[in-house]
Amino acid sequence: MAIVYQKSKGLTDAELHYCPGCTHGIVHKLVAETLEEMGVLGNTIGVAPVGCSVFAYNYFNCDMHEAAHGRAPAVATGIKRVSAPGTIVFTYQGDGDLAAIGTAEVIHAAMRGEKITTIFINNAIYGMTGGQMAPTTLVGQKATTAPMGRQKDHYGSPIRMAEIISTLEGCAFAQRVCVADMANLNKAKKAIQKAFKLQQEGAGFTFVEVLACCPTNWGKTPAASVEWLKENMIPYFPLGVYKDITTQEG
Amino acid sequence: MAKELWKGNEAIAEAAIRAGCKYFFGYPITPQNEIPEYLSLHLPKIGGCFIQAESEVAAINMVYGAAGCGVRVMTSSSSPGISLKQEGITYMCGAELPAVIVNMMRGGPGLGTIQPAQGDYFQATRGGGNGDYRHLVLAPATIQEAADFVQLAFDLAEQYRNPVMVVADGMIGQMMEAIEWRTPEKRELPEKTWATTGTKGERKPNVINSLYIDPNLCAVHNDRLAAKYQAMEDAETRWEEVDTENCDVLFVSYGTPSRICRAAIRQLEKEGIKAGLFRPITLWPFPGKALKKAASQESVKAVVDVELSMGQMIDDVKIALEGCRPVSFIGKAGGVVPTPAEVAAAAKAAIGR
Amino acid sequence: MTNEIMIAGFGGQGVMAIGKSLAEAGMKEGKEVSWLPSYGPEMRGGTANCSVVISTDPIVSPIILEPTELIAMNLPSLLKFEPTVVPGGTIFVNSSIITEKVTRTDVKAVYVPCLDIANELGNTKVANMVMLGAYIQAMGNLGEETIKEMLVHMFTGPKAKLVDLNIEALRRGAACVK
Repeated sequence: MAIVYQKSKGLTDAELHYCPGCTHGIVHKLVAETLEEMGVLGNTIGVAPVGCSVFAYNYFNCDMHEAAHGRAPAVATGIKRVSAPGTIVFTYQGDGDLAAIGTAEVIHAAMRGEKITTIFINNAIYGMTGGQMAPTTLVGQKATTAPMGRQKDHYGSPIRMAEIISTLEGCAFAQRVCVADMANLNKAKKAIQKAFKLQQEGAGFTFVEVLACCPTNWGKTPAASVEWLKENMIPYFPLGVYKDITTQEG
Repeated sequence: MAKELWKGNEAIAEAAIRAGCKYFFGYPITPQNEIPEYLSLHLPKIGGCFIQAESEVAAINMVYGAAGCGVRVMTSSSSPGISLKQEGITYMCGAELPAVIVNMMRGGPGLGTIQPAQGDYFQATRGGGNGDYRHLVLAPATIQEAADFVQLAFDLAEQYRNPVMVVADGMIGQMMEAIEWRTPEKRELPEKTWATTGTKGERKPNVINSLYIDPNLCAVHNDRLAAKYQAMEDAETRWEEVDTENCDVLFVSYGTPSRICRAAIRQLEKEGIKAGLFRPITLWPFPGKALKKAASQESVKAVVDVELSMGQMIDDVKIALEGCRPVSFIGKAGGVVPTPAEVAAAAKAAIGR
Repeated sequence: MTNEIMIAGFGGQGVMAIGKSLAEAGMKEGKEVSWLPSYGPEMRGGTANCSVVISTDPIVSPIILEPTELIAMNLPSLLKFEPTVVPGGTIFVNSSIITEKVTRTDVKAVYVPCLDIANELGNTKVANMVMLGAYIQAMGNLGEETIKEMLVHMFTGPKAKLVDLNIEALRRGAACVK
């Protein structure tokens, strides 16, 4: 019988615990496929965050570390600096993890030009703890700790990580993508492929920010969530390549 | 072997290299800066790596990542910096990662002072991080011991798959003494089958982790850790006794103040008072049984606890003695070291002389 | 036999180096030694001091409260530590910059114009070695040859030319002690 679809060897057989309509599963698949296609699963070490993707170490079919909240880029630095040449190291982090408690760690990993890849899932909310405000929560967006919506005069405006990271010399590649439709999903896959490839070439720190849905904590259906992301998140967090040393002049 | 004059901090750094440590992640803080400075110069020469991290929090997490890959790795700091490292230390205990952490203690609380102190005893022995964890705590009193214990610490860390802390006060870090380089007694160390070195497609993925979301599994994990901590208590408790036999008064002290006690013992001897010193070398596990034995001698009228703190180890002393002898305390915090005369006077007061 | 030496002066006067040389020499002669510096912000241009113990017996405490010898490289150091010296002890005074005399009568005073001699030798950096020479001559607890050997080890390569200058500084310092 012909096989029409096969799960990536980059994923284990563990059943994903993510909610319906959650973006994590799709991005896990894109990362796993990329590692499998590159033939590097056997010398890849991943770092899982604290947040909804805390169990990523159960899903990726490679050596994994579970890091403390926000510390994944520091843990990845330790791994990369002591591992055999050719070892691929990545972190997979959410917005609370990367853009709040772990801001220093990711910025300094990028500054040092750590040859790692960071996959940043930005869904504008704290998922695992139950819908609290994130540094990427949009102005006016409701959260359990911002019941009237995020107030600009109280919390300022959301942080744009891809833009910030791209200003650092040590960053070789920074792109913001989404997986809200097939066209964008294909672009996201290409961005992830490029990030890992540049890491493999030793180009520097590589960063892919993925705008993601959290239907459960947004209080929307999966379909409505995709629309909300397109209408509200993309205008504030524009998609695109913010840094790519392979296309830069000079 | 010829003796060499070494500054404490530099001896600690060199001892790490001699123990096969090629990786160090740290952050500057007085009075331990000679450790990262020395290693930043020497590690690259042996194909190792030194990184000055953006914070102590990042440094200890780099240690976590490196330790998970099965290499020998160290970090060092001083009291406020060690507070920041507590997160990483509890994670390493939870994930069972071997590493060596040096605390060159200074006065607190808060920023305190940069002068020598022992106010981190509770933090080191009770765990400043969350959860039921323990790690060995070695307390050198001389530069020779500092050099010996750092090398030993790497072996102990791998034997038990657990971080090991070496605590000294700032004076040990800054002073110079003549030492001999010695190698620790050879131990059978377990193979690091758990290390994340890439599966190479030949084994199942290794996962470095301290999360056990199922409470039953987490309970089993804690039971297993507790058994390991018990094994450390049984095999690794260390102490030194000086002139304790038939002494009238027994000092209990570690690190620099234990040296002050030795000076006080000489002063008391001139006055016809026989004083002895019981010096814990492992602060955890605390050598309580041995202490009780020494203090229970008929000759001992009182026990005097001497610390560079407001009295922290004294809790362990009292627990160990179970009320069998009166315990008094003399100590100074904030970077001031009591004089031998003050310590001798405290001993005399304790025995009513 | 135990020498407890307090060496104090401004940062930059080579106070720590005098102490290290004494400790190193003591160790090379098979004695027990310790060297303990003051450290921290006080090192930045302020006063610096270090305590050196050289003993034929094991050293219990490296902290010196009552030195048997004081080497005072500046006036604040003399004023601060003169009262602490044990009766019968010796105070070495850098008389190039300290015009005051030792006021105590129960201690021996040795005046060494360290900076003047260093200037005559054409290098102010060897002022501390002049003082070291005076100390060794006066105390007789360390062999001159040991110090010279150390200098040969210390100054190698392009710095080797400094050995003779330092030995001359030691000799001139020793000559100050009658």
